[in-house]
Amino acid sequence: MPLLEVSRLRVTLQTQRGPADALREVSFALERGGTLGLIGESGCGKSITALALMGLLPEGARVAGSIRFDGTELTSLPEREWCRLRGNRIGMVFQEPMTALNPLHRVGDQIAEPLRLHKGLSATAARAEALRLLERVQLPQAKARLDAWPHQLSGGQRQRVVIAIALACGPDLLVADEPTTALDVTIQREVLNLIAELVREERKGGGMGLVLISHNLGVMADMVERVHVMYGGTVVESGPTAELFAKRAHPYTQGLFAARPRLGLARGTRLATIPGRVPELADLPVGCPFAERCPRVADDCRAALPPAFAVGPGHEARCLHMDDDVMEPASVAMGDTAEAARG
Amino acid sequence: MNTSTAPLLVAEHLSKRYRLPRHHLFAPAPEVQALDDVSFTLQAGRSLGIVGESGSGKSTLARLVMALEHPSAGTVRLDGVDLHALDAAALRAQRAKLQMVFQDPYGSLDPRRTVLQTVSEPLAVLHGAAEAERRERAAEALAAVGLRASDLAKYPHEFSGGQRQRIAIARALITRPKLIVADEPVSALDVSVQAQVLNLMQDLQDRYGLAYLLISHDLAVVDLVCDEVIVLQHGRVVERGDPDRLFRAPEHPYTQRLLAAAPQR
Repeated sequence: MPLLEVSRLRVTLQTQRGPADALREVSFALERGGTLGLIGESGCGKSITALALMGLLPEGARVAGSIRFDGTELTSLPEREWCRLRGNRIGMVFQEPMTALNPLHRVGDQIAEPLRLHKGLSATAARAEALRLLERVQLPQAKARLDAWPHQLSGGQRQRVVIAIALACGPDLLVADEPTTALDVTIQREVLNLIAELVREERKGGGMGLVLISHNLGVMADMVERVHVMYGGTVVESGPTAELFAKRAHPYTQGLFAARPRLGLARGTRLATIPGRVPELADLPVGCPFAERCPRVADDCRAALPPAFAVGPGHEARCLHMDDDVMEPASVAMGDTAEAARG
Repeated sequence: MNTSTAPLLVAEHLSKRYRLPRHHLFAPAPEVQALDDVSFTLQAGRSLGIVGESGSGKSTLARLVMALEHPSAGTVRLDGVDLHALDAAALRAQRAKLQMVFQDPYGSLDPRRTVLQTVSEPLAVLHGAAEAERRERAAEALAAVGLRASDLAKYPHEFSGGQRQRIAIARALITRPKLIVADEPVSALDVSVQAQVLNLMQDLQDRYGLAYLLISHDLAVVDLVCDEVIVLQHGRVVERGDPDRLFRAPEHPYTQRLLAAAPQR
């Protein structure tokens, strides 16, 4: 049984222009100790997916489909139960460490809080554990930093504290949403290395799964075993990271890779661009969300959300018009075809 | 490169020290050296990249070049004119030649002002152009960045991040500047939008002969756009040169570290 199994998740949000599907047909699974990445641009649904995993969807959101975490169905979980999971069995790291930390509480107290709440540790024991955690996230002068205020730390140090809080109760799942985007490049690298190392260490115990959300392809390449490319509220392509990076099947994935500035391009090179812009949530079409911007669009793309076709081992893409050499010889649509056709 | 013409921008021995708050009433105020003896030249129509991390002095450098602050030592000359030796009126006249584009297309546009008001603002400050001329020039600037004249009456919230950055670029273009200081102009944008804005910046450079002083932490962006690059660390230039050479065979350990930290794909 996978640690986390999301199947055919649909999230409908209330917008000013009526209800809109922020997520459609999102499915993925993560084993204990496994690493999985959600990649995409603003509005693709990656952060909504993260919020759904943490039971933090905005008021009025309707959820259909299933999120099973270690055998428990989360979509119908009462808030009281969520409070026992969050910060305990599910750790969270967000983009902006300064907003994640409470400026009015000392660092050590903020790490001790989940330990006292979820594990029932005494103040002394929680403080000792907080010190051990700060050492584990390699914060220099950990002992002195226990009594520091968040504003006395640099951005990278704050993110280490946030990671220490997330790890405090030994979670089974770590959800990290753009954990290094607000940091300097060299600090980014240090924090990513730290997260990778922690995931590796946890494998010796029960194993902690990692869901990493990022817009950065390079970060994904370095950090996760499987990557899911999201666009317009759905996963348009997913597969083992190396395989997906080498063989980009979906036209959006191809466009995304081609648009990146990369070292070694001749000066003055014009980057390949994807025409048009990301559709608004309320304007998402019934069919393929990428249809309006896609060079391969045909009428059938607009009829219904295309099913996911296998394009390689564990690698699939939601596109009706992929290159022939991309498709597996005996390509069959994955299970959700019928539903997708019904719309 | 035509080296016989005088450079557009010459910075010589620029230094900037900031005073920090005193620890005690009678103690001397401690100082921090934000920029330490930085010199460079930039030819018209070319691009110079400034690379470094938080605290490296790159934003201080931008403020000194824009004459928003006075250097502790050194000079900035634009077209031979020492910007920091000018009085307020003379500096305002020079401002038409240099404009700035910021990182955050959300924070840098006033949400209560229309696109017309925002884009034509530099004209109003410079020489109080007549309403009709302002509208015409604003429409022209919007067209240059791929937006429509009908967008003039709209407000920033009606646009996407990429379109807002185009509006910010249109505002910079309206005075027909020779130099644009761009501080992380694409780092808040999504990859596909980033590509559109980078292409636009290069097209505008070709069309109007703009020079860019491009501040970025993204080495690939600097490599793509710039003819020369300066690596700043703790306010000092640790390495400089042609990006092809510098990014292929970095000599300074700090440049090597920056390159090693950049994602490789």
